[in-house]
Amino acid sequence: MQNKRVVITGLGVVAPNGVGISDFTKAIQNGTSGIRHDAELERLQFSCQIAGKPIITDAVLNEYFTPLELRNFNSSGIMYGVIAGMQAWQDAGLSFEVQVDPDWDSGTIFGTGTSGIDKFRESIYKIDHFETRKLGSTAVAQTMNSGISAYLAGKLGLGNQVTTNSSACTTGTESILMGFDRIRSGQAKRMLVGSTSDSGPYIWGGFDAMRVCTFKHNDTPEEGSRPMSATASGFVPSSGAGALVLEDLESALARKATIYAEVLGGTINSGGQRGEGTMTAPNSVAVQKCITDALQQTGIQASAIDTINGHLTATSKDSLEIKNWTEALGLSGTDFPPINSLKSTVGHCLSAAGSIECVATVLQLHHGFIFPNRNCSDLHPEIAALIDPNKVPQQMLIKDLTIAIKASFGFGDVNACVVFKKYA
Amino acid sequence: MKQEAIIDQLKVIVKPYVTDEQAFSNLTEATDFINDLKINSANLIDVILDIEEFFAIEIDNTSMERMIDVQSAVAIITAKLEAQ
Repeated sequence: MQNKRVVITGLGVVAPNGVGISDFTKAIQNGTSGIRHDAELERLQFSCQIAGKPIITDAVLNEYFTPLELRNFNSSGIMYGVIAGMQAWQDAGLSFEVQVDPDWDSGTIFGTGTSGIDKFRESIYKIDHFETRKLGSTAVAQTMNSGISAYLAGKLGLGNQVTTNSSACTTGTESILMGFDRIRSGQAKRMLVGSTSDSGPYIWGGFDAMRVCTFKHNDTPEEGSRPMSATASGFVPSSGAGALVLEDLESALARKATIYAEVLGGTINSGGQRGEGTMTAPNSVAVQKCITDALQQTGIQASAIDTINGHLTATSKDSLEIKNWTEALGLSGTDFPPINSLKSTVGHCLSAAGSIECVATVLQLHHGFIFPNRNCSDLHPEIAALIDPNKVPQQMLIKDLTIAIKASFGFGDVNACVVFKKYA
Repeated sequence: MKQEAIIDQLKVIVKPYVTDEQAFSNLTEATDFINDLKINSANLIDVILDIEEFFAIEIDNTSMERMIDVQSAVAIITAKLEAQ
């Protein structure tokens, strides 16, 4: 059987600098920062007291959750994921109408690192105070990792595969490639893919303890996240969710759906924590192989890439990532395509990073622009030695794009690289 | 507390969980929480926690199992209140 072509027909996003595709598009085009001072992190004496948290109004919350669902609800990750997922579904022109039968052709692979970490904390306190019987009926649903895919499936009546993937900061990009495989092989017509991440001190604390977050910008939050900059001093923790509706091309055409872009494919691999790879550091051999395999699988020449959306977290590893891109693509200097990092405006959304950044990448292809890198007027000299500084745009570029490539790398030495093409 | 007052209070407590509004407006002693009001069976636990909180009583596991309709709920609440 011939492989199906897979296209993107819906987008949804809950990001620190914009909730909803329209606000988010404006924010990334203007380089608007979503990083703010966080009073709770200051009270708890974190080294890094700035963070990126989406602003969810009651009006938005009540649009996607019933009052009953909001009783004793304390899972920011599920909240963000449900909003982004349902937005994407709506954006794809699909219905929320309740049918008797499940929609057998549609499923979801919606990733997360943790689920309902605040609810989990609340439950642990109750248990330790001998109040297990008072946990209520939703403590499990809010804290199970698959909570987000289960909530979405229930709201949309999904009858195909319903699962949650988890692979640290590659989670979101991985979910897209997993959903892509399922549609390409004919097992589903439509997959809602994406990822989410909880907010708050209990998810960010471990990173603060590792001293990988910046502690130099507590008074200048918007300048804190500085990917590729000579003065980058660690990432800014953040949260949110990104969602995409992937669809079999025939189904999308039959519905006359808007096609944002085509997913050509990509690669997921791991460096096995061998060589220079560890639990927290990437094995460059695997990173480069992930990129070259993605190009080989999709039949795309490196020279055809119009733009790269990197992982680029604003730690000391940014130069190494650029080096890996140049070696994997065999392109450097002025031949290297423009590259950007969304983390300069939203921070590092952890398990949500890949999906939010893929949404941004797809928006670039669809509208023909390359969003600017904020806080990078002082490009790191190691990066400037590898690629032409003009390839790290400081202002938005208006440009017709055909091929965009995006990679995410995560703890556990895991990598994912996806190739998107403007649909024609 | 009189039986009517307990039923009135029960109506306030179960309202957010009810999915059959018509059965709710016709609520009588014989009304079954799951079969008539179509309350999600997992939510029945939340109804009982809300009852405990409002009446300041504790409902043991055995009584909980019997609390399937308005009648049994009223009987259990009355007994617990009298035992105090």
